[in-house]
Amino acid sequence: MSDTKKIVNFMGARRIAMFMSIAVMVASIAVLAVKGLNFGLDFTGGTLIEVIYEESVPLERVREDLRTAGYESAIVVNFGSDTDVLVRMPEGMSPTLGEEVLAVLQAGTEAEVELRRIEFVGPQVGEELREQGGLAVLLALVVVLIYVAMRFQVKFSIGAVAALGHDVLITLGIFALVGWDFDLTVLAAILAVIGYSLNDSIVVADRIRENLRKLRKHDPDEIINISLTETLDRTLVTSGTTLLVLLALAFVGGEMIHSFALALLIGIGVGTYSSIYIVASLLLTMKISQDDLIVVEKEGAQIDDLP
Amino acid sequence: MLNKYPLWKNLLIIAVLGIGFLYAVPNLYRPDPALQVSGDSSGVVIDQALMTRLSAALDAGGIEHFGEKADETGKSGLIRLYETDMQLRAQRIVQRTLGDGYVVALNLASNTPDWLSNLGAQAMKLGLDLSGGVHFLLEVDTDSAIATRLEHYSSGIKKKLREERIRGFVTLEDDIISGKFTSAELRDTALGLIRKDFTELTGERLDSPSGDDAFYLRAIIGEAKRKEIEDYAVSQNLTTLRNRVNELGVSEPLVQRQGRNRIVVELPGIQDTAEAKRILGKTANLDFRLEAKYDAPLSDREQFEFRNPGRGEPSAWLERDVVITGERVANAQAGFDQNGMPQVNITLDSQGGTLMHRVTRHNINRRLGVLFIERKSRTHYERDANGVEQAVKVPYDEKKIISLATIKDALGVQFRITGLDAPGEAAELSLLLRAGALAAPIDFVEERTVGPSLGAENIEKGLNAVKIGLGMVALFMIVYYRVFGVIAVVALGANIILLTACMSLLGATLTLPGIAGIVLTVGMAVDANVLIFSRIREELREGLSVQHAIEAGYGRAFVTIMDSNITTLLVAVILYAVGTGPVRGFAVTLSIGILTSMFTAIMGTRAVVNFVYGGRRITKLAI
Repeated sequence: MSDTKKIVNFMGARRIAMFMSIAVMVASIAVLAVKGLNFGLDFTGGTLIEVIYEESVPLERVREDLRTAGYESAIVVNFGSDTDVLVRMPEGMSPTLGEEVLAVLQAGTEAEVELRRIEFVGPQVGEELREQGGLAVLLALVVVLIYVAMRFQVKFSIGAVAALGHDVLITLGIFALVGWDFDLTVLAAILAVIGYSLNDSIVVADRIRENLRKLRKHDPDEIINISLTETLDRTLVTSGTTLLVLLALAFVGGEMIHSFALALLIGIGVGTYSSIYIVASLLLTMKISQDDLIVVEKEGAQIDDLP
Repeated sequence: MLNKYPLWKNLLIIAVLGIGFLYAVPNLYRPDPALQVSGDSSGVVIDQALMTRLSAALDAGGIEHFGEKADETGKSGLIRLYETDMQLRAQRIVQRTLGDGYVVALNLASNTPDWLSNLGAQAMKLGLDLSGGVHFLLEVDTDSAIATRLEHYSSGIKKKLREERIRGFVTLEDDIISGKFTSAELRDTALGLIRKDFTELTGERLDSPSGDDAFYLRAIIGEAKRKEIEDYAVSQNLTTLRNRVNELGVSEPLVQRQGRNRIVVELPGIQDTAEAKRILGKTANLDFRLEAKYDAPLSDREQFEFRNPGRGEPSAWLERDVVITGERVANAQAGFDQNGMPQVNITLDSQGGTLMHRVTRHNINRRLGVLFIERKSRTHYERDANGVEQAVKVPYDEKKIISLATIKDALGVQFRITGLDAPGEAAELSLLLRAGALAAPIDFVEERTVGPSLGAENIEKGLNAVKIGLGMVALFMIVYYRVFGVIAVVALGANIILLTACMSLLGATLTLPGIAGIVLTVGMAVDANVLIFSRIREELREGLSVQHAIEAGYGRAFVTIMDSNITTLLVAVILYAVGTGPVRGFAVTLSIGILTSMFTAIMGTRAVVNFVYGGRRITKLAI
């Protein structure tokens, strides 16, 4: 530890932080249970048509046109700009629907209607993608649990996985609360959050392990505070730079990766907090001590050879 | 000496970066929009004279173009244009000049210098979300393929029992063939016959389900055989789809099996999805017809050309009556007879076998022809109400003879076509027979179409995000870590070059989520340097000398960086393994990015730091 830097008493506030985290997680579960995720086309199946009009059209008229043509359940919204229109139809429609709708839209206006994209996902595929997604998240958590248990120790591994669960749950909760579309790219973002949050947790855990071995005379509380203070600089800088890049993605990257960037922004924001509070306070709750690291690997010897 | 890299290490880093740069460079050459002209069948030759003709036609149409060139093989030609907007108009003019029999595809012509492409350096492929195009996911109805095969077995068993005069009652229900007999002996004889003649089935005795005094057996299809039928149905559809996609004239199509019974078709640049779906979904067919006698009246015979002429006769007369159609063909396989001559073995279903037998036993020594019927379309041009010229496609059936062979004996369920000149000919014939036979039905289960303007916009926005993100991170690092910040930013640049090079070398496809992966890699690549630098700062505060602080900073941070990167890599690998489409694109760039960033952020920066500070007496570091 350093003389020039004051050690922040992170663990002093751990009960409040713990309470907050649990409260937010319970709230997330409640929102997910009551309101549910607003699954995008990838998971529900159905047809989506994005078109761009030469000049802006009132959505009400587009809806009216579609209703008269017999598409009563079509959802019509603007996408990014007021000339860009997104039409979404429920599952169970035919693959030729795209062209038919485009024809209806073109017939309803003088202006040129340009097709931007058509997406059709069969209900079967949607269901599979949903299963695959859930499987991917679970698998990722299990592999992480095993790897960290092997490299560190079981208590660290429980802490890291709890932090991951915490981040994923809260991100999902916010998505459900706001009602943003949850599609494949958001799922990819969630998995990236797992990877990133893990990164953070491991850096912190690594320092705690190092200090547990080095500072034999301190109690675990102090050691964790020292470790968190030492890594705080790095935690903030890394999160900061990543958030900078994500902000660029969210604002300039275009509509199609907007929700991807949003999910990562939330996940990484929460992940920064969880790597400080969740991992460390769980370690304390599980009474981590020097005794847990008795079997010491000889790492010091290797380090010198490496670049 | 502390903080000095040996020469070989420095050379290695320079070499890796040099090679990386070389393979990343092709991405800087923007390809020209172009038209690719090719023949509809292998007989059509594309030469320079033809290209000159097309060039003149484009000049007349007022479309600026350059670099028209016929390929050395004479199979295709390329015309480059200045503007993407002109592609469609130019395509219409060229197609019109050439008429039917040629395929004119929109293409992007690479501008990579020859010496680079000779090294295997190529620009990254762009995914459909960036280039625009259609993605289809088709599902092969393998259940129906299995059901058809079971029906074929079931009627085969009935016929066999009848021939052997074994009385019994055979039914097919829920993919299980069951038999009911009046005595145990009859049942056992029947079971013996099934086991001997229908080896693909697993037969067993069964207790009476309703407690009556009849004797039962059942036969089911084995799991291995079931898998084989499924594989066969999928690969047959795959072959047929490839042939049809080629007909669509798309420059770089992808037709690939996905999972157990799905096929992915990606057609970059295609706009007319209805047309694409029509062509992909159509079925070719076969007619088996006898050769007409010389004295047959004209009303009873028709003349057809051979698909592959060059055997003396260009055409032959066949009867109008059809013996059987392709639906009755269960399988066709190329092989060799006992003398090592190529032949094609054909298996019909039982109904087809009966019909074939009935006709052929009275017509031994006459010739039996096989007609391959393909749905094609002819294009002609009409002016619509507004006077704009529109291409109108008129579908028609093209019927050509693929085989005309003498009947040596009465034919049944299984027969063979011999007298083929080469194994290649046998292979082609069996392929055509299979393509014409009714494959397991396919359904469209997913479709994604991205218009070209959206694709271009996605590239532009994605690249902008990369630039802005990179710029902000660079600025922050330089302000916060000064000289070391500059070094980290140089390493970041090198990382992006290496990432691009790896992706180009591996032939990975760049997609929008892939760009997001690059952006995320930028954010995370900095992490390794942040870890190292803050560690060096700490060591300096602890009172270590400058050289020792650098040494300790890199050494201590290394373990942490390894741990965190390996776990992230594990997650990326899971993403790749479980995910599809966009998720995979993201996983690929993220994994490659993690690997290249470890090289540049650890070894790369260390080399520069050693070069600048190593082996000197320094009391203060700009960190």
